[in-house]
Amino acid sequence: MTRIPTRTHVTTTVNGDPVDFLADPRETLLDCLRDKLGLTGAKEGCGTGDCGACSVQLDGRLVCSCLVLGVEAEGREVKTIEGMAEGNDLHPLQAKFIEHAALQCGICTPGILVATEALLKKNPDPSEEEVRYWLAGNLCRCTGYDKIIRAVLATARDLREGV
Amino acid sequence: MTAGRPLPHDSAALHVSGAARYVDDIPLPANALHLAFGLSPEAHGRLRGLDLDAVRQAAGVIAVFTAEDLRFANDVSPSVHDEPLLAEAEVFYHGQPIFLVAATSHRAARKAAKLAKIDVDPLPAIVTIDQALSADSRFEDGPVIWQNGDVDNALARAAQVIEGSVELGGQEHFYLEGQASAALPQDDGDMVVHSSTQHPTEIQHKVAEALGLPMHAVRVETRRMGGGFGGKESQGNALAVACAVAAQATGRPCKMRYDRDDDMVITGKRHDFRIGYRIGVDGTGRLLAADFTHLVRCGWAQDLSLPVADRAMLHADNAYHIPVMRIESHRLKTNTASATAFRGFGGPQGMFGIERALDHVAHVLRMDPVDLRRRNFYSGPGAPRQHTHYGMEVEDFDLRPMVSALLQRSDYATRRASVDQWNRENAVLKKGLALSPVKFGISFTLTHLNQAGALVHVYQDGSVAMNHGGTEMGQGLNQKVAQVAARIFGIGPDRVRITATDTAKVPNTSATAASSGSDLNGMAVKAACETIKSRLVQHLCKKFSVSDKEIRFEDGKVKVCDQVFSFADVVQAAYLARISLSATGYYRTPKLSWDRVKGRGRPFFYFAYGVAATEAVVDTLTGESRILRADILHDAGASLNPALDIGQVEGGYVQGAGWLTMEELLWDDDGRLLTHAPATYKIPTARDAPEVFNVALWDGENREETIYRSKAVGEPPFMLGISAFLALSDAVSACGPGYADLDAPATAERILAAINRVRA
Ligand code: FES
Ligand code: FES
Repeated sequence: MTRIPTRTHVTTTVNGDPVDFLADPRETLLDCLRDKLGLTGAKEGCGTGDCGACSVQLDGRLVCSCLVLGVEAEGREVKTIEGMAEGNDLHPLQAKFIEHAALQCGICTPGILVATEALLKKNPDPSEEEVRYWLAGNLCRCTGYDKIIRAVLATARDLREGV
Repeated sequence: MTAGRPLPHDSAALHVSGAARYVDDIPLPANALHLAFGLSPEAHGRLRGLDLDAVRQAAGVIAVFTAEDLRFANDVSPSVHDEPLLAEAEVFYHGQPIFLVAATSHRAARKAAKLAKIDVDPLPAIVTIDQALSADSRFEDGPVIWQNGDVDNALARAAQVIEGSVELGGQEHFYLEGQASAALPQDDGDMVVHSSTQHPTEIQHKVAEALGLPMHAVRVETRRMGGGFGGKESQGNALAVACAVAAQATGRPCKMRYDRDDDMVITGKRHDFRIGYRIGVDGTGRLLAADFTHLVRCGWAQDLSLPVADRAMLHADNAYHIPVMRIESHRLKTNTASATAFRGFGGPQGMFGIERALDHVAHVLRMDPVDLRRRNFYSGPGAPRQHTHYGMEVEDFDLRPMVSALLQRSDYATRRASVDQWNRENAVLKKGLALSPVKFGISFTLTHLNQAGALVHVYQDGSVAMNHGGTEMGQGLNQKVAQVAARIFGIGPDRVRITATDTAKVPNTSATAASSGSDLNGMAVKAACETIKSRLVQHLCKKFSVSDKEIRFEDGKVKVCDQVFSFADVVQAAYLARISLSATGYYRTPKLSWDRVKGRGRPFFYFAYGVAATEAVVDTLTGESRILRADILHDAGASLNPALDIGQVEGGYVQGAGWLTMEELLWDDDGRLLTHAPATYKIPTARDAPEVFNVALWDGENREETIYRSKAVGEPPFMLGISAFLALSDAVSACGPGYADLDAPATAERILAAINRVRA
């Protein structure tokens, strides 16, 4: 039987800051962020990669942190919702979500923002269809999505026009 | 004016930065324990043996509890004490909690719970409506029957009688934040509980019972929920009580959250129905009589099933005057999770019955479904008033002008013609277009619940802290109510602090349910603010020898004749003059009188209205469908906050359409829920929401004296989703001469079957 070490030392970067923590190798990145680093912005909506509430970026790639192990963050860069605003200045997506009332209970919001930021970095001029497909992995039970889609498209437009 | 402005949700800035705390985000002391239930492997059976040795020995486990370890009440029912926290001699559904594990982490607790050896001697399980009917398994002695006139006689004299039956599935709430609770032991045996609940007072009550304490020793706090939809009206009781019991026994803080699969297996859902109908019409399509049978699958415990089934009966007319009516409602007891409150609380099922029946009637009479509906609407203002089947006068029927306006805005007639043309020219993709109205009764049908309290403090610096009994689940209740307080004091809403709902501040509250949140709590806060304001006014009158008519509160200032003071200065002066700056407020809804046994009276203060038109397309080869466009006009009275209200309308519509078109709950023959995760249970995604979505609020005001003449808006828009189902039925009807006879949810399989039916 292979011996699984009970704790592994993980050194990583979260929102630009170097951090390290001890993780059980079976622990998800989501649990490490929430329980060890106190970053509770990513939420567990399903734990199976189906809802997107736990979305974070790993080396710039959008992932479900419930499907990534904490130890996989070793040496990589993690970006979470907590790192989206620059100090007190909200990211344009965050501001637009408020302006468009694109949230209700707010629990899906961090995941949707992290996901759409990744989309706009990849594709600054997405069609509505592309936004809908990109967000199909992020469930929201409250809003009916329309205001979210409007807010994303409006942000993309502003960013392109340098507003 | 602050009330009425489309201001953002009070927590919006926290939501977008990930800083809004939900129960699972609250930091707990390092010695906190995490809980998990061990669940019944059978839908029905006698508990023969329970070997928990392996559970006790598992890594991280600190304590294990069974029913025998509970020192006081073993009950989490919101109604009739029929729901033990932990099963005793018998188990009644697959997934029923049998024992409780407390461990040092969430994962350790869940892993340990799986190690139990549970020996259950199976008994026959009643899973389906048919099984329940043949076993006569029900919650009351027989069906509840309401009649208004002699329905058999009226049907015998009708020109035509249309008969049918429709299956209507349940619905999982799928609040994105699962159920969660945490309990922290205090001095002298007191307990503080954080709960993701719509009903803090009920949590307080059940926890006090379970701990053998008076209610004053238990304080429950709810800052916000990540969605509720009725699923957190009673279903949070088990977690809160489990945490409190374990915390009392171990002296350590305890937290419990359901993993998504457990949440879906353990907690109740929307009631599924089978609705039978016989509708009598005259030659012109006027409804003469209707006879409905509601077969309601309630699950194993009573929970809120009786009032849910009542509300279904109360909405069997929807917006139509039906002179003779009979409804028979069977509340069936089954070995499935106990069905519970869900947005609309039975209203959607009742309303779906008549809308689906009218769909059938229009098909048989070859009548335009919109004409059929308009012909049968209740009389509007100006015409002699008509009564509902339960004897309530319909005083404010605004749907006639609303429907006309929506037909125009949505370009309905032109689109009807182009849909028909499309269907003539295309064999594979068929389109459908349908309109459906909503008339939804506002008030709890249990009359005593229609009361609310508030507590408002004004501090010396002019800032205001506000507390009321309502809970925030995303609907923006706190924002709306803060706007009410700001309007009364003439200050900016940023000067009003919204605090967590707390049973120590406002006692004996009702659940935030029945859409009543802002109606009840807005009025209670208004009363408290007005008490304080009148004290300030009195003080100013005396001080400046003026009459109260010469004092105005606006723009953060207080104007006394031609002198202007800041609100803060006036408050400071009042404080120095020893004037109390704190007040409670109380409100009870007027005009209600309801006899639920007879089914007569005025259960509702008023009605909220809405109308939706949906266009959808069906792929006749695969049965897949899509909503192309939805147009909605909804009545929120004089809206307290149009941005938040439109959000409720859009979210409600999509959730309602999801219920009837894609969300399918499946149980196997042994009563095991097969669709217990988002991988198998599909709620609408961004791709399923309407491609074109035009939503507007009706420009009107409540005729009743509600808070600034607004109307409740939480539940009514949910039922606008019925139009999506009817659009699919319309599309299927374009495939052949027969009636679609579609059941809900209209999944691809059901649509394909219906297409075969209409072609046959
Ligand atoms: S929690 Fe990770 S996708 Fe749902
Ligand atoms: S705002 Fe509640 S789940 Fe999206």
